Amino acid sequence: MRYVCLIYFDPRKVFNQSPEALAVLAEAGPYDAELKASGHMVMSQALKLPKEAITVQVRDGKMSATDGPFMETKEMLGGFILIEARDLNEAVRIGAGIPFAKLGFIEVRPIVDFSEPRPKL
Amino acid sequence: MSTASARDLLDAVYRTQARRVLATLIRLLGSFEAAEDALHEAFAAAAEQWPRAGIPANPYAWLVSTGRFRTIDRWRRQARLAGVLPELTALAGATPEPALPEHIQDDELRLIFICCHPALAPDARIALTLREVGGLTTEEIARAYLAPAPTIAQRIVRAKTKIRDEAIPYEIPVRADLPARLESALQVVYLIFNEGYAATQGPSLTRVDLCAEAIRLGRLVVDVLDEPEALGLLALMLLHEARHATRVDAAGNLVLLEDQDRSLWDRRRIAEAQALVERALASRRVGSYALQAAIVAVHAEARSVGETDWAQIVTLYDLLGRVDPSPVVALNRAVALGMRDGPEVGLATIEAVMGQGGLDGYPLSHAARADMQRRLGLAEAAQASYQRALELTRQPAERRFLQARLNQLAPERTTDLPGFLGPTTPRKRPLFAPLIDSARRTPPA
Repeated sequence: MRYVCLIYFDPRKVFNQSPEALAVLAEAGPYDAELKASGHMVMSQALKLPKEAITVQVRDGKMSATDGPFMETKEMLGGFILIEARDLNEAVRIGAGIPFAKLGFIEVRPIVDFSEPRPKL
Repeated sequence: MSTASARDLLDAVYRTQARRVLATLIRLLGSFEAAEDALHEAFAAAAEQWPRAGIPANPYAWLVSTGRFRTIDRWRRQARLAGVLPELTALAGATPEPALPEHIQDDELRLIFICCHPALAPDARIALTLREVGGLTTEEIARAYLAPAPTIAQRIVRAKTKIRDEAIPYEIPVRADLPARLESALQVVYLIFNEGYAATQGPSLTRVDLCAEAIRLGRLVVDVLDEPEALGLLALMLLHEARHATRVDAAGNLVLLEDQDRSLWDRRRIAEAQALVERALASRRVGSYALQAAIVAVHAEARSVGETDWAQIVTLYDLLGRVDPSPVVALNRAVALGMRDGPEVGLATIEAVMGQGGLDGYPLSHAARADMQRRLGLAEAAQASYQRALELTRQPAERRFLQARLNQLAPERTTDLPGFLGPTTPRKRPLFAPLIDSARRTPPA
């Protein structure tokens, strides 16, 4: 099954040049390489800071765009790793191994299997 | 070899070997997490190499050694990166012993014992056993127990953290601890079986696989430990499974033991179970599972209800009441007594047992009383008892059965199966007679 590990962190804790932050950033590449070697890796991407982003929406057929989002909360989505894992517990174990788990948190989400019924809310 | 056939082969090896490889890797690497990583890496390496180089002669040994080597290699790299060298030398130095079949079985048994450790919550024991020993995925366990996957995942994560933090050893318990630890392990296996068994009328058919998995676990224990209760539990599960198909009809209605088509019972499983029960009883350390299995085996052996050796069943319930006294056992004994000595004795004994308390909320006690009253022609009393049983029952198939009984009583006429009233002719030689006699002389510890 596929799961995505969404990596959230406070950029002020990751890019502050502290020894802990530098160590985490140095471990990120090797961990990706490990996941490739073990066959878990599907793909991974890091995201630029939200100030580089633009948010669009369409209401009543009209498109509007705004800069940002600007950080309302301290933690933001900083990147993701799409993995192939046997089950949720294996995905959790892989997620816990991502170096950024030491500075922020990792949300492990199963990828939708379209053969299953849609949720009814 | 074509890619497709190589993949099929690898899948087959995964199904049969993955749990064993994991069990051995946990021992060699000293942690669940490291072993899971190693297992995955070993299979990733196999997927890459086997299609080119062919399947190794001993896939289990290849996977264990590849997984172990790659993990130690990774730890070395990490240690260099972190500038420290943990206790790698000891791990890397020791060459694993050759994989003798009994070592593999021991590893699997260790895994069962650690997953069923009494320090873990009962829910966690079940989830961990099904995942680590049974090879089910978190999502499959969640479906089987109708629980959200993150709930099950949490249980497993917490249990593993506890195993690591409390340094619960990965071992087959020593003699002195064995009875308590075995009891906990057998209980987990039986709970898994019961979950699958009770689910026959449930919404999800996949739950039935739990029965097969529980039987496989039961066999695993029996293969290594010649313990009477382990033999008894395996026999008990095989006997239930042997009659599984006849328990409900095509419409999902409950079929009573007396009405089941006995020609459909799985005679091969029954014979296997009988041999196990005999071995368990011969040990003279008779426990609850062995006695329950013996009782079911006596039922299974009879070609009809009329031919059932009720005298032997009563004796077995007497023994069970000594080993594992409970109101439910006393009630079952009373029902058997009613079958042996007639409904009058049965009704008096059932009422005496119910008078001692603890059974008022138990629907089967009212149903059993109703049954004896019905046979004695006490239609009104029987109706009241069935009514009480119906009020206490939620299970749809059981409710339909009780309602049908009530409907039968309404036209003021009791229907009875011929040969079902009163005592039955005793068999010439009871199935477990010599063993029961010896068990009687030696009260269980």
